Amino acid sequence: MMTDEPLVLGIETSCDETGVGVVRGHSLLADAVASSVDEHARFGGVVPEVASRAHLEAMVPTVHRALTDAGVTLADLDAIAVTAGPGLAGALLVGVGAAKAYALAAGKPLYGVNHLAAHVAVDTLEHGALPEPAIALLVSGGHSSLLRVDHLADGVEPLGATIDDAAGEAFDKVARLLDLGFPGGPPIDRAARDGDAGAIAFPRGLTAPRDLAEHRFDFSFSGLKTAVARWVEARQRAGEPIPVADVAASFQEAVCDVLTAKAIAACRTYGIDTLVIGGGVAANSRIRSMATERAARHDITVRVPRPRLCTDNGAMVAALGAHLVAANVRPSPLDLPADSAMPLTLVTV
Amino acid sequence: MLVLVLDSATPAITAAVVSVGPEPDVTVLAERVTVDARAHGELLAPQIAAVLADVGKAPADLGAVVAGVGPGPFTGLRVGLVTAAALADTLGIPTYAVCSLDGLGAVAGGGTVLVATDARRREVYWAIYRDGVRTTGPHVDRPADVVAVSGQPRDTVDFAVGAGAVLYADVIGVPVRDEPLFPSAGALATLAAARILGGAPSEPLTPLYLRRPDAVEPGARKVVS
Ligand SMILES: [Zn+2]
Repeated sequence: MMTDEPLVLGIETSCDETGVGVVRGHSLLADAVASSVDEHARFGGVVPEVASRAHLEAMVPTVHRALTDAGVTLADLDAIAVTAGPGLAGALLVGVGAAKAYALAAGKPLYGVNHLAAHVAVDTLEHGALPEPAIALLVSGGHSSLLRVDHLADGVEPLGATIDDAAGEAFDKVARLLDLGFPGGPPIDRAARDGDAGAIAFPRGLTAPRDLAEHRFDFSFSGLKTAVARWVEARQRAGEPIPVADVAASFQEAVCDVLTAKAIAACRTYGIDTLVIGGGVAANSRIRSMATERAARHDITVRVPRPRLCTDNGAMVAALGAHLVAANVRPSPLDLPADSAMPLTLVTV
Repeated sequence: MLVLVLDSATPAITAAVVSVGPEPDVTVLAERVTVDARAHGELLAPQIAAVLADVGKAPADLGAVVAGVGPGPFTGLRVGLVTAAALADTLGIPTYAVCSLDGLGAVAGGGTVLVATDARRREVYWAIYRDGVRTTGPHVDRPADVVAVSGQPRDTVDFAVGAGAVLYADVIGVPVRDEPLFPSAGALATLAAARILGGAPSEPLTPLYLRRPDAVEPGARKVVS
């Protein structure tokens, strides 16, 4: 079916959120989510089996909630979209299994889509059609990537990625070090508001000239994480109090500095004037303000969706599905596999 | 009534369309089984489409879904259960849960029978049946321990069936038969037939995991320097 404003239900289970969204073209109709984050908190990270069990329990009720919120039925839909990868294999399989069953039972086309491309597509729900080409910076607990998007329906071109920890992982680890809880992003953001971002000069990974030659658009956060741990431990050994707000602010400044500097550099290198930022870390207040500030100096427009749409959700999957339906892309076969390492060059299976 | 039967608790990915009723008639009209421990996510839905096509029916013609709820290795088991739940919910039809081991025990034959399926990690999911009716289990244990933990003397078990029994025939301590190897769709439908025909309320498809998730709470943080 050809339509400019396809009605699509999206299912997302790549990590610990069971997300189900409904969109009509660029309009968000519903964004239902069930999170198992509290069950993971005591482990200090996402436990795949715990996440998969929670997805199975939450799936049907969350689909119900999304359809009710949107005021539509499965029969009304133009397509069903689901995250096929990348993500936790067992968690992805619950969403993919459910999506296939809904598609089969309701007789609807199925789109198995790329989670990272969905993080880009979700911005259309906030700011309308995406200007192409665009540069996208995706940062979360699972990914830190810089992408060039010429035609979202065809695939995206990876320019760089983290060579060790994801940015969100560094937030989680530093939050744990400072006893701020899990996930680490929001409490570090809060603590940093009362701190001095210039108090401690933490390292900026892969920004030295010799690193830039080989890793111009890549990231590294493991050295930063270790530097923060060393600094805190030295204080502890000396019996001095830890200035939590200053550590949080200085750490956050180092992460945001590298991310935004490389994203702006990518825009300038390729002569592209749109930068989209997505992923859980894009909900961080400092990356939003720093990116906007730096982009303005180079006449680059920054598009960051509202924080709720930055973290994993079903609406982003539905948004990408709607984009693919509108672009008349062929649906996925019913034997589509979940692919925990789905490459960025594949937007749909 | 046309009933869809699914089982994904073993490497056998099973989908069948079964006619249930009038009592006590249970007839398997079409069945697809693929033995592949890693392909549940890919193959189950196409197999459902295939068995429906085999009998010239649409999903809307189904009146109930019966699902084997394990025990079984978690990932494949969940694919079957989420598929059954989403399908039934869309069609507005009830779901009925059957222990997957019963799909073997009910058709293994008379006497005292041990049913064991592969639980990986050198363990088996198992249960004991007396003339097709489960008397012990389901449990998960090392193959050498299975009968002993029930407190039942090993020589009171006539024979064992199931892929777990075949795999560990040398240590399981009772004679092993090759058939049945995997849960039978017809048996699962038969075990749910009374509930289906009686219009029993839809049942939650709660997986029989029998194991807690592998997860350790972090101890004291390691010092890096
Ligand atoms: Zn994500």
